Amino acid sequence: MTTEREPLLEVKDLRVSYGAIRALSGVSLKVYEGEIVSVIGSNGAGKSTLMNAIMGMVRREAGEVRLSGSLLDSRSYRVVQQGVSLSPEGRKVFAPLTVLENLRMGAFPRGGQGSIGEDLEWVFTLFPRLKERIGQYAGTLSGGEQQMLAIGRALMSRPRVLLLDEPSLGLAPIIIKDIFKELRLINNEGVTILLVEQNARQALLLSDRGYVLQTGEMVMDGPSQELLANPEIKAAYLGAGGEKAIRSVKH
Amino acid sequence: MSGYTEGIIILLCINGIAAMGVSLLTGFTGIFSLGHAAYMALGAYTTAILTVQHEVHWLPAILLGGLLAVAVAFFIGVPTLKLMGDYYAIASIGLGEAIRLILENWQSVTRGARGYPGIDPYTTLPVVAAFFLVLAIFMFNLINSRFGRACKACRDDHVASSLLGFNTARVRVLSLMISAFYCGVAGALLGGFLSFIQPIMFDMLKSTELTAVVVFGGLGSMSGSLLGTAVITLITELFRPISQYRMLIYGAVLVIIMVLRPEGIMGNREFISWVRAPFRRKAS
Repeated sequence: MTTEREPLLEVKDLRVSYGAIRALSGVSLKVYEGEIVSVIGSNGAGKSTLMNAIMGMVRREAGEVRLSGSLLDSRSYRVVQQGVSLSPEGRKVFAPLTVLENLRMGAFPRGGQGSIGEDLEWVFTLFPRLKERIGQYAGTLSGGEQQMLAIGRALMSRPRVLLLDEPSLGLAPIIIKDIFKELRLINNEGVTILLVEQNARQALLLSDRGYVLQTGEMVMDGPSQELLANPEIKAAYLGAGGEKAIRSVKH
Repeated sequence: MSGYTEGIIILLCINGIAAMGVSLLTGFTGIFSLGHAAYMALGAYTTAILTVQHEVHWLPAILLGGLLAVAVAFFIGVPTLKLMGDYYAIASIGLGEAIRLILENWQSVTRGARGYPGIDPYTTLPVVAAFFLVLAIFMFNLINSRFGRACKACRDDHVASSLLGFNTARVRVLSLMISAFYCGVAGALLGGFLSFIQPIMFDMLKSTELTAVVVFGGLGSMSGSLLGTAVITLITELFRPISQYRMLIYGAVLVIIMVLRPEGIMGNREFISWVRAPFRRKAS
């Protein structure tokens, strides 16, 4: 990755602490236009913190986040307006609202401007399942459908970068495959995707490049194919070989 | 109309105004407060002092009372509304008691615990009815406005709504300020109705009652809050002859409702939609 073009989303030396506990100690990453980038890591590595810090949901202690060169605001509602949207961990759909109402909520940042109808159609072509369920309450959807709804809702703000926090959480393997297929389609539509996942194999199979996050630090990065073939990654995250974790790897 | 009936209607309107304010905050924005009597006290005392000592006309005095409550709510809300859920409720107890204690001890201005007598009886039925109507129309429009929907979004899922571009901090503080205005005005009208106010009238019991009425009527239902107010106010009035058992019945009614309808009388629906429901076509 020695290209000189400007990254669409750039995180530089990001640090976040919860009280005395450091969650991210200087994390950097770059996402180029049109890419799918995945960040993999185990429980407590700081993946969700990274997402929340980019969105301004937790305070960034140091470091900066840029979207095509300009700084992202530290307040989440502005970040959404600037063109970054997160489908949060655990989906967080509005259970008492219908599918349609949930999707309309996603158009809120634009304040009713632009063609919401067009975007709805776009989301429905990506997720035909949601169209079938249009009048159903979100709380009564299956886990996979709720995940589709959460992603669809995030897309309703027409983001330049879509962030996904654990889209596979709590889903059956066959549904996970569906969701990841949808993500490929969304990417083909020109949406850049940054995804954090515990399901490292699925994430790396989908993405162009990957980063490995471990206890708040990026310990490795590279094209996904290389990471998939890396014996230490295999051992630590892909379930092949022994229980050995990556200890001494630095890029 | 006898004076007694008129008194009850005035009281209903006053309590209704306060309940609408608390309903916006608790039922629609999901912030539980156990200190809202303090905003009533601020409205009542401001209006009393302005009308009695400075001879201001009661109308601007009432509005100023409401606005002072708004100002105090702003300064209290900005630092404390970062607290979520039960934590804010605890903080609001402290804030409510603090304001009451200031009123009790600031002798030179408020005349302390003995109370503030001699307020003009400006709260006549037409006045209170006009206030109630204007504030109710505003509130029922507010909860269906863009702001009202933002309140509900913050209540239902704080994380999701901030990710969808809602300025949740602003929504929460604004909601507190509007509810403080309603309570401030209600307090001011109460002062004019009784001609006498005392800090002890605005203690934690009153605050709890304000929130209880809203829960009783249904969280997330403005008409439910008004219905709850009517039921509670009428019960306490109806059983006045057996005064010492009054609170017993009041408690029993609360318990019965909570057992039979844990979501409150109206749940989260409005009276209008409840009437229309059988005739409505299914959403496509």
